[in-house]
Amino acid sequence: MSTSMGNKEQTVLELRSISKVYGKGAAEVQALRDVSISVARGEMVAVMGPSGSGKSSLLTIAGTLEEPTSGAVLINGEDVHAMSAGAKARVRRRTIGYVFQDFNLLPGLTAVENVALPLELDGTSMRRAYLAGLKALETLGLGDRARAFPDQLSGGERQRVAIARATVGERQLLLADEPSGALDSANGEGVMRLIHAACKRGVAAVVVTHDAQLASWADRVIFLRDGRLADQTAAPAGPESLLESPS
Amino acid sequence: MTYILSMLLSNIHGLILSEVAVSVRHALLALLSEEPKYGLQLREEFEAHTGEVWPLNVGQVYTTLQRLERDGLVAAVGDGDGEQPEHGPQKAYRITGAGRAELADWLRTVPDLSTPPRDDLVMKILIAVRVPGIDVHEVIQAHRRYLIELMQEWTRLKEDDDGADLSFALVVDSELFRLDSVVRWLDAAEGRLRRAAADGWTPALGTDGARTGVSLPRRRLGARR
Repeated sequence: MSTSMGNKEQTVLELRSISKVYGKGAAEVQALRDVSISVARGEMVAVMGPSGSGKSSLLTIAGTLEEPTSGAVLINGEDVHAMSAGAKARVRRRTIGYVFQDFNLLPGLTAVENVALPLELDGTSMRRAYLAGLKALETLGLGDRARAFPDQLSGGERQRVAIARATVGERQLLLADEPSGALDSANGEGVMRLIHAACKRGVAAVVVTHDAQLASWADRVIFLRDGRLADQTAAPAGPESLLESPS
Repeated sequence: MTYILSMLLSNIHGLILSEVAVSVRHALLALLSEEPKYGLQLREEFEAHTGEVWPLNVGQVYTTLQRLERDGLVAAVGDGDGEQPEHGPQKAYRITGAGRAELADWLRTVPDLSTPPRDDLVMKILIAVRVPGIDVHEVIQAHRRYLIELMQEWTRLKEDDDGADLSFALVVDSELFRLDSVVRWLDAAEGRLRRAAADGWTPALGTDGARTGVSLPRRRLGARR
């Protein structure tokens, strides 16, 4: 079973035997059991599973927003647990981008200010952060909407801003939880095309979704069941196989 | 159970093939409604208009044309209207008034979807639920994985084409939605089975046909026929 494409040094995210237990005693819930996954540079992995299967826990642990009960999270080969609080915060600001279902844009900031914010928080000068934000928006076809506020944007545009924010600068790992949210199927497809394009530029992405059409954009689909990695899709067979004429 | 097996053994493919044949018939009428065309040209245009997803052999085109001609829906160009075919032995065809009426009629007629199709996968899950020693969740997952792998392949085709070919995009979407609906049904089935198991349902209870739901389709299908 190939859990990563390419060689070891290309691995951006590695989860080693991750287990996560919430609560204690009778209220104990085992959210993840011995899950190991690695995601290579440029690879998009989708995580599917019924609600309660551990999908969201997997994502928050991969994003260093939560500690696993046991197991290790490695980002670019570095064990997150061994990092200082400061180093961990830097990884969160510089390396990882998050996209949430409800976009989480700050209503008082324009589109470009929202995108530039993580860079500014990381100490980049306002002007440089602004230019990088503008560039990220342009890549997503939103250059002309840069000065609009979130409430002036459509749902599809807001989600593109959220993706721009998650990929701005030199981010290498994109983590998305139901990124198409309540968007219709055309906009949902648009979101996946953008994440896919980010992967083509070298970003590693993990997308949690219950939607098979969105998951089918991924290079690899992982199925969680009761907190365990139950199954995953085979390596791509190549598009030719579907259209071979029966001879 | 014997009912299910007999459904499995029935000739599903015959039904599917005859439905495709009906569509080819009307697709050819549609192409001829633009202008008179030759058989080879019809084949090329059929494939182009359907995103080249359904290959059609030229023999099928001629057989269909002959039947359409027999039914008075098309006529060979040059038959009684003074025109002569341009390409030697090849025959060109034109649509007749009756053909246009038939085409318009077909486009407006909704298909009969009232009877559930005989779905192999539905049967398989119904059977897996009551075969001792079979983990139905494993059966469901094997099919879910396969369906999603197929969807990945279609999505890659869509991604490569980038919406440039409208017919192709429509066909790919239709395939993706069809496969997606099967995945969703599997998700729902799995959820339903888990809840049933939590409520104490066991396959042994399922031998009581009146309570399992398996006899339900029979009653419904029986009423339709």
